[in-house]
Amino acid sequence: MRYLPLTDDDRAKMLSTIGAKKIEDLYSDVPAEALLDTPVDLPSHMGEIEVERAISAMAAKNLSTADAPSFLGAGAYRHHVPASVDALIQRGEFLTAYTPYQPEVSQGTLQYLFEFQTQVALLTGMEIANASMYDGATACAEAVMMAGRVVKRKKAILSGGLHPHYREATDCIAGYHGMTLDAAAPSPSGDEDLAAMIDGDTACVVVQNPDFFGNVRDLTPLADACHEAGALLIAVVTEVVSLGAITAPGDMGADIIAAEGQSIGNALNYGGPTVGLFAVRNKHLRQMPGRICGQTNDVDGKRGFVLTLSTREQHIRREKATSNICTNSGLCALAFTIHMTLLGEDGFKKLAAINHANAVTLKGKLENVDGVEVINDSFFNEFTLRLTKSAADVVEELAAMGILGGVPASRLYPGNGDVENLLIVAATELTTNSDMDALSMALSKILGGGQ
Amino acid sequence: MTDKLETITGNRGLQLEQPLIFEQDAPGRLGVDLGEPQTSETHLGGVERKDAIGLPNLSEPQTVRHYTRISQKNYGIDSGFYPLGSCTMKHNPRLNEKMARLPGFASLHPMQPTSTTQGALELIDACAHWLKVTCNMPAVAMSPAAGAQGELCGMMAIKAAIEDRGEGEQRTRVLVPESAHGTNPATAAACGYSVDSIPANDRGRVDLDAFLSKLDDDVAGIMLTNPNTCGLFESDIIKIADAVHDAGAFFYCDGANLNAIMGRIRPGDLGIDCMHINLHKTFSTPHGGGGPGAGPVVLSEPLAPFAPLPFVVHGDDGFDLVEHKDGEGEKSFGRIKGFHGQMGMFIRALSFMMSHGSDGLRQASSDAVLNANYLLAELKDTLSPSFDGPCMHECLFDDSFLKDTGVTTLDFAKAMIDEGFHPMTMYFPLVVHGALLMEPTESESLETLDQYIHALKGLTAMAKSGNADHFLEAPRLTPRRRLDETAAARAPVLRWKKEE
Repeated sequence: MRYLPLTDDDRAKMLSTIGAKKIEDLYSDVPAEALLDTPVDLPSHMGEIEVERAISAMAAKNLSTADAPSFLGAGAYRHHVPASVDALIQRGEFLTAYTPYQPEVSQGTLQYLFEFQTQVALLTGMEIANASMYDGATACAEAVMMAGRVVKRKKAILSGGLHPHYREATDCIAGYHGMTLDAAAPSPSGDEDLAAMIDGDTACVVVQNPDFFGNVRDLTPLADACHEAGALLIAVVTEVVSLGAITAPGDMGADIIAAEGQSIGNALNYGGPTVGLFAVRNKHLRQMPGRICGQTNDVDGKRGFVLTLSTREQHIRREKATSNICTNSGLCALAFTIHMTLLGEDGFKKLAAINHANAVTLKGKLENVDGVEVINDSFFNEFTLRLTKSAADVVEELAAMGILGGVPASRLYPGNGDVENLLIVAATELTTNSDMDALSMALSKILGGGQ
Repeated sequence: MTDKLETITGNRGLQLEQPLIFEQDAPGRLGVDLGEPQTSETHLGGVERKDAIGLPNLSEPQTVRHYTRISQKNYGIDSGFYPLGSCTMKHNPRLNEKMARLPGFASLHPMQPTSTTQGALELIDACAHWLKVTCNMPAVAMSPAAGAQGELCGMMAIKAAIEDRGEGEQRTRVLVPESAHGTNPATAAACGYSVDSIPANDRGRVDLDAFLSKLDDDVAGIMLTNPNTCGLFESDIIKIADAVHDAGAFFYCDGANLNAIMGRIRPGDLGIDCMHINLHKTFSTPHGGGGPGAGPVVLSEPLAPFAPLPFVVHGDDGFDLVEHKDGEGEKSFGRIKGFHGQMGMFIRALSFMMSHGSDGLRQASSDAVLNANYLLAELKDTLSPSFDGPCMHECLFDDSFLKDTGVTTLDFAKAMIDEGFHPMTMYFPLVVHGALLMEPTESESLETLDQYIHALKGLTAMAKSGNADHFLEAPRLTPRRRLDETAAARAPVLRWKKEE
């Protein structure tokens, strides 16, 4: 077996050194009835050729966004990742290292985490960021629990424009933790009065910008309302590229940012793994969950980096920890950092401008299709269409025509008749004008045919 | 001493100093060529970003060199022996990386219609099948993002099942052995349970009498790692499982150490109700410097209905996803992650499992146990083993062999770095003094183990000969020497800032 270096001679020699006759002797503490005599009922080992063939056959059964015009968004976005990103993250020193508990032999990981934290803080307009979370949805849940600790209240108000998976994950994780949620109804138009829902029990308000339906808003009035009531504003960002075009949520008064960083450096991967971004104000540092990297000096006075403030964490605090999180998304954070470094200030802003311009162009084309209404006044690279037919049915028809036509809102709001005809479409720098024309023509055909 | 050699640049041969990206900024440089936006029309709701973000501008060659250079300051499994106990630092096959990057998976969007993702669902189902058969458990929740989230998932399933039978108010306590990973008590607390610690006996296992005396009808469950963090099989595990079930509670098994037993012992045969599997340990998905991981949780029949959303089912037209609390998902405790779990990790783990096959997985765990016992046998007269008898996949020593040398476990570990090895796990588990926990995994050759043994024997002799300074100054040959962690925590500098 190619991954196992021990030979039968080695094994015999080692058993003799140990003083055991056979490998089973080393399992003598195991109740006899639980020991298997033979391998379990699964196929035997395979060579690379066979494994590659079997797994490639499964991959071939999927319609990849690389092979079809795609307008899918709703929290996961297909962007171009420069070739050097993937080459660099596959360096064995990054790929095969553990969490940097031994800083003397982990300065590579620690330095990029420090760079990552700085980039995230800059992008979000916050003072500090942690070394990443699992994804945006779990970051949102952690943000709500953190607000509970900071404000010492139990209720979170959730915008109707919050991605339903974020709402559900927060409901589950923070709910088990003792938080109660007051979730507003879905608001495709972005028209909701969250400030009116705030009361004396409110620990935080969670609002996504751009929201799930694509609307962009100024969070400043809501931040003021939160602060007046002693509550925190948590801003969620699912499309981090938007931060190149839109005022940072930190600059609009948000206290905690929970974001999804997949768009930068990371492939879609059918939704995972991705990378959660988490940024806060300095005054709340000690209540922030997750790993944090900090700068220090070594005994020779040279600048170096370490994991720090671990007294918040589970391996020290056990049941009193701020979170049970252990692993984060190190390698996805590295991909994010390298891609962001390549983009730089100018490239990142240009990337955002191109995304917005492509969405503007797409809107212009789709508005002219009979049976399609764009409901957004504002948007970044994603907006919502109201169709004259069920969006889920339209998406199936588009898929049959080889077009991945967007996300029907009904997939995320089952049983909600109000959203049945709503289709969420996104354009990125990878969306071409001919992709857009293909979608327009297909929609025209599907929606026109039944009228 | 050659290691005191100063150079003009601060570089030392292949060890190259590298500033932060923020210190390499020059306006006008760029690392990505993008076209121009096709329109200047905007609909940004009046909140256009007007200020500078503050990101540095670098070219591609600078960026590639930067990350290459800093990577060389890391020690990985690819670099050498990484006997970090309880972390299972095994070889990460590159085939797995290649499979995960097939465009049919990597460019698949999670919200595509399932009619266009049948291959992805088939792969999740296949990965689930391998895990269920390996563990002899009827169900598996695939969505948890990492081991700690798997723990959370398992405990939520237990809580949901207990609430479903109307005992939610009554059962408020979770029993956790004192040798447990810190995530166990943190997870129980995150589910709103009080944590009651069970002591270990002098054989490094759960003290059965103490455990039984704490078991009552207010207990929701026990969280037990097996093999445990002392590297020992919990020999009373079946008795413990029976007692837990007789008391109406559930048995959470922490599967961090599955690598010792896969293919030889099926956790389902031990009476467990749920167990998370760290795909990044046992099934070789890369640790990546701290993630991403994946923590699927196998579930017993009583817990299966409460599994988190989403999950894959076999429908009339192929595979389907249950994404909501209705139909088959009616009793689900809910969602703990966005989308469908760590697909990229399922691909890598399946690639690993298929490569090994059932015969190879059994051989891998046997070799892991053999390697650990070989270390134990060769080092037992030099270091101080904590417990008698064979170990599982890792061997545990305390620091009594360093008594009166002026050298601590930490110092000893730092000296190992200069010898070219990554240190073992230190000061964990908490049940022995100055713990040194070594897990060689099946990936290491006999030659590597012998080199390691030779180095540890030499270091021990040096410590005992009174040469404490060698250890107190270690490491001396690394890109950075010991770092001031106290200063880092006292006045935190957590980001770069432009000097005013």
